[in-house]
Amino acid sequence: MNAGPSLSLDHVSITFGGLKAVSDLCLDVHPGELVGLIGPNGAGKTTVFNLITGVYVPTSGTIRFADKVLNGRKPHEICQAGIARTFQNTRLFAGLSCLDNVKIAAHQLATSSYWDGMWATPKSAADERTIDSRARGLLETLSLSDVAEARAADLPYGRQRRLEIARALATDPQLLLLDEPAAGMNPQETEALMHLIEEVRKTYNLAVLLIEHDMKVVMTICHRIAVLDYGVKICEGDPLAVRSDPATIRAYLGEDVA
Amino acid sequence: MGRALKTALLLGVLVLVNWLLPTLIPNSYYFRVIMLCGINIILAVSLNLVNGFTGQFSIGHAGFMAIGAYCSAVLTMRAFPGVIASLTQAGLPEVITHGAALFVATILGGSLAALAGLAVGLPSLRLRGDYLAIVTLGFGEIIRVVILNVDAIGGARGLSGVPGYTNVFWVLLGVVAVVSVSYNLLHSTHGRAMLAIREDEVAAEALGVPTTRYKVTAFVVSAFFAGVAGALYAHFDSYLNPSSFTFLRSIEIIAMIVLGGMGSVSGAILAAIALTLLPEVLRPVKEYRMVIYAALLIVLMITRPSGIMGTRELSIKWPWSRKEPA
Repeated sequence: MNAGPSLSLDHVSITFGGLKAVSDLCLDVHPGELVGLIGPNGAGKTTVFNLITGVYVPTSGTIRFADKVLNGRKPHEICQAGIARTFQNTRLFAGLSCLDNVKIAAHQLATSSYWDGMWATPKSAADERTIDSRARGLLETLSLSDVAEARAADLPYGRQRRLEIARALATDPQLLLLDEPAAGMNPQETEALMHLIEEVRKTYNLAVLLIEHDMKVVMTICHRIAVLDYGVKICEGDPLAVRSDPATIRAYLGEDVA
Repeated sequence: MGRALKTALLLGVLVLVNWLLPTLIPNSYYFRVIMLCGINIILAVSLNLVNGFTGQFSIGHAGFMAIGAYCSAVLTMRAFPGVIASLTQAGLPEVITHGAALFVATILGGSLAALAGLAVGLPSLRLRGDYLAIVTLGFGEIIRVVILNVDAIGGARGLSGVPGYTNVFWVLLGVVAVVSVSYNLLHSTHGRAMLAIREDEVAAEALGVPTTRYKVTAFVVSAFFAGVAGALYAHFDSYLNPSSFTFLRSIEIIAMIVLGGMGSVSGAILAAIALTLLPEVLRPVKEYRMVIYAALLIVLMITRPSGIMGTRELSIKWPWSRKEPA
């Protein structure tokens, strides 16, 4: 195990009115680990992401990252603590260039104040150089350099997903939450994405929590898989164990996969 | 070139224009229209910081303008004359004493408007959506009604006898300041954070951008410059009346940035000039003036729905702006 912070969800629940969307969930993600989160539609997977990133506050239970309690912290504070995410339906800054998309995420590197920005002081210019080189480096890593100046909305879907990962990496995370990164990708793109996730995880020494419906991806790259159904964790273990778990087969996988 | 040198050069040019323009344009009516263009540019470009860059919707800009106008007028009429008189006696020329008085009054008027912006923005910008529009609409009206009912600043009679300290130099300085700030922000990490909020507030927040702080900051800076424009207007017209700061005034400023293209600084400038000139040009047709004005606006919005400039910019190098990194 690599050194670094780990994420731990301790008996976390959230209710919306009478609906218990996530119920008593315990889940740990250790440094450097790639954990899959699977389950049928509406099982509460994205809700778990929203709980971790502070979009929702848990009704009960605690979420810790690097031994700090995240409950009630704002999303931007949680991002600054080292957790970055991508969205199920990409949420790029559509009207801005790819480079600007990544630069915005590298915002935390800035040391200059708003006042510096208003008057373009040397301090602001120095920030701009740092952020620019970091953003260009990330575009390079994700082979997006050729579209740096293109509008994010004009990219094909597969590359938009890559751009979202580049953007998440620009926040310098220790834990990366990927919400269905392969959705809408063709088999070639999915294949490339799998290698990318592995590569990025190793290069940046990241822990990854992955929501994905493409079982080939999940079963190939995940170290550990947790299965959610109706907000309850029904199974957790390595891909082999999950694949043969009767409850998982009944709720999600279906007979033919097993 | 060093920054100090650039600034000195710019001030030199402004002094030169200040000296040349009244000579070149002796017609006081034309001169007045040009000054109003400048003041409207400050208003439009400052509102663009909130409505264009940050994507919020403020419709109370006239309220902040009124605060700046009345605050600065009261200062130069009631608080400063003694100081000005003693400075003039000490041998300082009037240009300096009057200029300094206007400068201090404008900064203080802008600051009071900024403070009001903070008070309005803090509670309403924590929320997403249309709250800001509703709150600023109410705010603008409250300011107008309060001024209407305070007898010490003239009430409904208006405030007359404001010293006419505003000249081309000060208006242009205001324009250069607000335009430089806008362009500089666009090329800084803070400006990009504002654009991110406009594009997708949820994603911006998830990527570590403190969205509430940026929205409030943009709103406060915008209110400050509205106050500055108000102060310049007060010392130009020499007469203030609450009916100059109605809801319609706010709508006029919004029309400028919508027409120019939300988010485009150069668009805001062009549209501010166009919409200041248009009613003046149409004066000969008398009662049909506002009908044609409205019809032209409608035609422009149909033919160019995203404004004259869209979100694009004319590329001009401003004295304080940095080069785009290669």
